[in-house]
Amino acid sequence: MKRILLSFLILALSASAIQAQKLFATKKGQLKFNATGGVEAIAAVNNQVDSKMVDKTGQIVFSVLIKGFKFDNQLMEDHFNENYLESTKFPKADFKGFILNAASIDFSKDGKHNITAEGTLTIHNVAQKVSVPGTLTIADGKLSVMASFKIKIKDYGVTGLYIGDKIAPDAEIVLNCKYD
Amino acid sequence: MLDIKRFLLTTALFFVVLLNTEILFAQTIDLFAMQDAQDKKDTKDKTDIVTATFKTTRLINGQSIENVGRGILDVKISHRFGTLNSGAYNLFGLDNASMRMGVDYGITDRLMVGAGRSTYQKQFDAFLKYRIIRQSTGKRYMPFSVSYAASIALRTLDDPNANTIQKWYTDRLSYTHQLIIASKLNDFTSLQVMPTLIHYNSVPLAKNPNDLISVGVGFRERLSKRVNLTGEYYNQVTQLEGYFNSLSFGLDIETGGHVFQFHVSNSTGMTDKTFITETTGQWEKGDIHFGFNIARVFTVKKKKEIN
Repeated sequence: MKRILLSFLILALSASAIQAQKLFATKKGQLKFNATGGVEAIAAVNNQVDSKMVDKTGQIVFSVLIKGFKFDNQLMEDHFNENYLESTKFPKADFKGFILNAASIDFSKDGKHNITAEGTLTIHNVAQKVSVPGTLTIADGKLSVMASFKIKIKDYGVTGLYIGDKIAPDAEIVLNCKYD
Repeated sequence: MLDIKRFLLTTALFFVVLLNTEILFAQTIDLFAMQDAQDKKDTKDKTDIVTATFKTTRLINGQSIENVGRGILDVKISHRFGTLNSGAYNLFGLDNASMRMGVDYGITDRLMVGAGRSTYQKQFDAFLKYRIIRQSTGKRYMPFSVSYAASIALRTLDDPNANTIQKWYTDRLSYTHQLIIASKLNDFTSLQVMPTLIHYNSVPLAKNPNDLISVGVGFRERLSKRVNLTGEYYNQVTQLEGYFNSLSFGLDIETGGHVFQFHVSNSTGMTDKTFITETTGQWEKGDIHFGFNIARVFTVKKKKEIN
């Protein structure tokens, strides 16, 4: 009986090794946005995007601090935080979803894959279901994800002067995350 | 026989374990739950520096706790009209205007410098302001901000007694040292206290002290997303005869890339020593000046990675 238990244990361990899901993470992803509607550039960058993904399930999350967006113009940054995104009330924006075609990707091989992520994008405490196309690159075992898409500012309850005028109604988002 | 039984039992166990580990792992790596837990932890572990305590670098006449950002040039043009009680003939003061033109520049996010020229007494002035303590929440909790501001003002207006009394241009110089202590109580209300020391190289009478102490107080109250009510009062602890305490109320109106400040005050001058220690107007007599500050910011140093 002891032998059975021992083999049971070995098997359990090996089983978990086979089934192990790999977690990829970064805290230094980059997210740019551009909502220029007029002459003046309304653009910012955030270099502290927190992202994690699991290879087998394709589960993927992104989280950014609204205050982490840096503008050229300090006053614009203050207005962005105080009047538009209300960052003291809603300090973070995040995406929680799945890469739909994760199962068809061989994460052990180098390559470039077109992906579609579907999930919930929460900005300004308003959650919207989104489907975003992107690319997933594996090079030397390192994973990176890139995506470029547009969001309607009004969909997220962000109001204020100049939206649709100096501020474009759609903000263009460019995401670039290299995982550790 | 026994071997087959044992084999079957082991295999069955293997599958049970396999199933279990899979469920276990699906539960362990749930990124959504992980992210939620991290968000909670982050709010405790991260320090969040409070921004936009006041809308711009000037409360009304004097300095606020705010600095311009690094690499930002802020061109300010300020007007103070004549007094309301000067009657319809002078269009209630609008016929007379006193002006200051100036530029401010942010060397670092904590240090800013500025210079200007006022029509009042033909003054030139320069200042620096350094943010010592920044209000923050989260891991490092700091309930208020502290800045130090120093300014120098040169009065170049010809003095009628110049030939008999004044000898050196340094007699026309005065210096201001100020501590600015401010706290943003919430998104709507900010308060500020400004202990101030003003040094005159030369004072009108021999009995006048060269060092004058004042304490200023100020506030901002948000009325709407774009409009803030402000107030500023300087109480002179030691003072020159014939001058009054400066009291001003204003509206800060945000218009896109800049802030428009509109106010009423009993002071005419816009340099520290002028409005703190040389205010000639009295509110109760109607010596009230309309005034405004307009500012336009230019980005001198761009953050490379944005575009």
